[in-house]
Amino acid sequence: MTDGAAPATTRKDWASDQEVRWCPGCGDYSILAAVQMLMPELGVRREQTVFVSGIGCAARFPYYMNTYGMHSIHGRAPAIATGLAVTRPDLDVWVVTGDGDALSIGGNHLIHALRRNVNLNILLFNNQIYGLTKGQYSPTSEQGKVTKSTPFGSLETPFNPISLALGAEATFVARTHDMDRKHMMETFRRAHEHKGAAFVEIYQNCNVFNDGAFEQITGRDHRAEMLIPLVHGEPIRFGAERQHGVVLERDGSLRIVEVADVGEDALLVHDEHRQDPGLAFQLSRLSRGPFEPTPIGVFRDVERAEYGDAMTQQLLEAAQRKGPADLAALLRSGGTWEVVAEDGARNGH
Amino acid sequence: MSTTTDQSASHRKPIELDRVVIRFAGDSGDGMQLVGSRFTTVSSLFGNDTATLPDFPAEIRAPAGTLAGVSAFQVHISDHDILTPGDAPNVLVAMNPAALRANLPTVADGGTIIVNVDAFDERSLEKAGYHSNPLRDGSLSSYSVYEVPMTSLTMQVGKEAGVKPRDAERSKNFFALGLVSWLYNRPTEPTLDWIARRFAGDSLILDANTRAFKAGYNFGETAELFESTYQVRPAHAAPGIYTNVTGNTALAWGLIAAAHQAGLPLFLGSYPITPASDILHELSKHKQFGVRTFQAEDEIAGIGAAIGAAFGGALGVTTTSGPGVDLKSESIGLAVSLELPLVVVDIQRGGPSTGLPTKTEQSDLLHAMYGRHGEAPVPIVAAMTPSHCFDAAIEAARIALAYRTPVFLLSDGYLANGAEPWRLPDLEELPDLRVPFASEPNATDDDGNPVFWPYVRDTDTLARPWAVPGTPGLEHRIGGLEKSDGAGNVSYDPANHERMVQLRAAKVAGIARSIPPVEVDDPDGADVLVLGWGSTYGAIAAGVRRVRARGLPVAHVQLVHLNPFPPNLGDVLGRYRNVLVPEANLGHLARLVRAEYLVDAVSLTKVQGVPFRAAEIEAAILQAMGVAAGTEAGAGDQIADVAS
Repeated sequence: MTDGAAPATTRKDWASDQEVRWCPGCGDYSILAAVQMLMPELGVRREQTVFVSGIGCAARFPYYMNTYGMHSIHGRAPAIATGLAVTRPDLDVWVVTGDGDALSIGGNHLIHALRRNVNLNILLFNNQIYGLTKGQYSPTSEQGKVTKSTPFGSLETPFNPISLALGAEATFVARTHDMDRKHMMETFRRAHEHKGAAFVEIYQNCNVFNDGAFEQITGRDHRAEMLIPLVHGEPIRFGAERQHGVVLERDGSLRIVEVADVGEDALLVHDEHRQDPGLAFQLSRLSRGPFEPTPIGVFRDVERAEYGDAMTQQLLEAAQRKGPADLAALLRSGGTWEVVAEDGARNGH
Repeated sequence: MSTTTDQSASHRKPIELDRVVIRFAGDSGDGMQLVGSRFTTVSSLFGNDTATLPDFPAEIRAPAGTLAGVSAFQVHISDHDILTPGDAPNVLVAMNPAALRANLPTVADGGTIIVNVDAFDERSLEKAGYHSNPLRDGSLSSYSVYEVPMTSLTMQVGKEAGVKPRDAERSKNFFALGLVSWLYNRPTEPTLDWIARRFAGDSLILDANTRAFKAGYNFGETAELFESTYQVRPAHAAPGIYTNVTGNTALAWGLIAAAHQAGLPLFLGSYPITPASDILHELSKHKQFGVRTFQAEDEIAGIGAAIGAAFGGALGVTTTSGPGVDLKSESIGLAVSLELPLVVVDIQRGGPSTGLPTKTEQSDLLHAMYGRHGEAPVPIVAAMTPSHCFDAAIEAARIALAYRTPVFLLSDGYLANGAEPWRLPDLEELPDLRVPFASEPNATDDDGNPVFWPYVRDTDTLARPWAVPGTPGLEHRIGGLEKSDGAGNVSYDPANHERMVQLRAAKVAGIARSIPPVEVDDPDGADVLVLGWGSTYGAIAAGVRRVRARGLPVAHVQLVHLNPFPPNLGDVLGRYRNVLVPEANLGHLARLVRAEYLVDAVSLTKVQGVPFRAAEIEAAILQAMGVAAGTEAGAGDQIADVAS
């Protein structure tokens, strides 16, 4: 709706006048800051930007962005955003969701938005707990988790959000965490650049109900040894001295090795653009949880027709094939007859 | 078979009838719906008034030859204006014993039964639950029965066309159509043209169906089986261009017209469900109108996407039936809170739960009215006839757009699949539904700067501004949380919540000011008023005609607007001694008018999955008047003949 280059903005321009009301110390603050700081760099317009959320702590996000926004109902943000994105391809539509919102009550909408490749940037704040309802286990909580609703421990196997997204035919899948603003901004930037559905899992600390859930891997003292940065075209290495690496075994499995033992040439070279999601899926399974070395960054970034574009294309083709919209012709399309006078004389058409 | 005549029926002058009701019945796979709708179209083209009642099972192909698998199509053709598909068929075409057994109870006394005698073998009789052959045991002696070997004659012509025996048999519905077309002196060209177009891709099947149709027609002419043919003359209809339309098609076209009149793109979010899916199918065909159809992953996503599209400035629509409304309820509440335009189409069917997917009912009215948590008022519009679905869709969209609210549009299985001739509207006369998007700030902040407040209301309609993304300076956030009056920021303030609840209620109540007063059909100054809503229109109007034909006065009001009610409804109801409310539910409207107007309305209910018959309405009216329906023996039949 607006032409020309977007005017220069600062972080402040993207912050709404509403007081941020997350608990002090919540990881959501740093994610909000990363997004508000990234926006001026993207060269986009506030009026062209929409944040859509469901229910949960994360879902308050749109209220704090000085853009268009909708805080909807539990789990439905991807569906609502789909309707908006396909009818308004000119907009930049972001979905902000949480582990309960996206993977439990809204699981169906998430997988179908990914499968259709709707042009959305989906930010999943994963804190492995229900915060807004005060501390029940979530679909990403580890088995055995003791919460208010699981006093004897959770019986359930958690979802691996990256595996789920890859299984749902997502074309862009990435992971970042709330302790590294630079990595978040870079990951969000990549998601924004991607045409189609971009899925980003953000490990996010809930300091009230699940404090330290990711501390073993995202804490400043642990990151180097416990986070495996994925960089396209480069061997997968990590560790303070980049001494560890990932190799693809002959049986198709991935294994963490010492680079010194195998040599750099033996390491798996990360390829985001690989059409077959198999290796990305393997990478998503490298860690059983946030207590083992865990890959972060872009797992997958491939091109596929974007849903809204394809839908618009069909409309254009129909207009070309059938000519301009003609309401009168539509009403006559089933065959007509004419009654010319009260005596009932008729002519069929 | 016992009838012989000296003269071939074709040489006689056809017997004039003013109306006839024909019911085609066979297996689900026999093509009865197709034959029925073709006969209807030809009759409409010929100039008859028509009304139809498709009646089919939920199972796509129940076991062949069983009662469960019987599919029927009833059509009423007439030389005058008719209102219903007819109470009792005068002619039943039964393709097998199960079709005969399932439909015989509906056939008028002394009616005509045409059976496919080839299908009356022992095994088929047994499957239908017959212990003896009804064609032989005298149980049909009060009907005129014609036994026609449809299968074998069809297979014979199919063989001539070079079709495999198995496939040849499948054309027998066209044989039946040909025979009935001859019996009622229908022109053959429209059907032959249609077959040629429909089967243009397969010359073998085209040939077989054409031959079967002609064979059926010629059989009637040459077999000397029928004493006479019948003629139903064209009806006296108002001048204009007519088409035959089903409720679902008219509804889909109404939505396209509404978007056109509003100057907005149409977006449909929908999940397949009987009997609403045909609206999705129809809208999917018309992409040249800028119609975006989205077959969602579930009912909730269907409405969710429609809400998202509405936020972006489209006319958002979702279509479903009762089970889908259950699932959409939370989202409808969201739309109430967001105050965005949205049309929720409910093609009602028998419930509860999965209920009767292919059968009609009106039992979602209270659900539409109250089926949400919190104070969540939603306007309700109901269609009266298949073609009225077009107008009802435009009216629902008008309210949604002008008042920025979700609106329920209620139709039902009877209207959805039923067809009637429709005089095409003058497109110039369609209402202007354009509403302006907000373009400027509408408030000032504490520092005196111009700002946009999403919940500042229009003083007349109480509608909030519709500011779509992409408009600079109007960035705002809306949501399902309670928001402050005006500024629209999240607010838990007690007094504000009550004010917002009252404002939303007042906004919906105020729609009444935009609704025309109800028209009362009461030429004679009656004491008894029949108050209906939606699809009971035809049966009630026909029942009312019957009563008036007895010289008794009765009034009729049919409601299109169920929430809010038309402004004069209370006054109208107060003028009558008795108010009778026929509904295909256990008394939803009766409850609403009793609560709203303290009127002692009497319910007439029917929940059998089929529409009311005119005779049932007539009997109830007479009872309300204190006149026994059976007092004039035989009178009812005569009246039925002049006034259905």
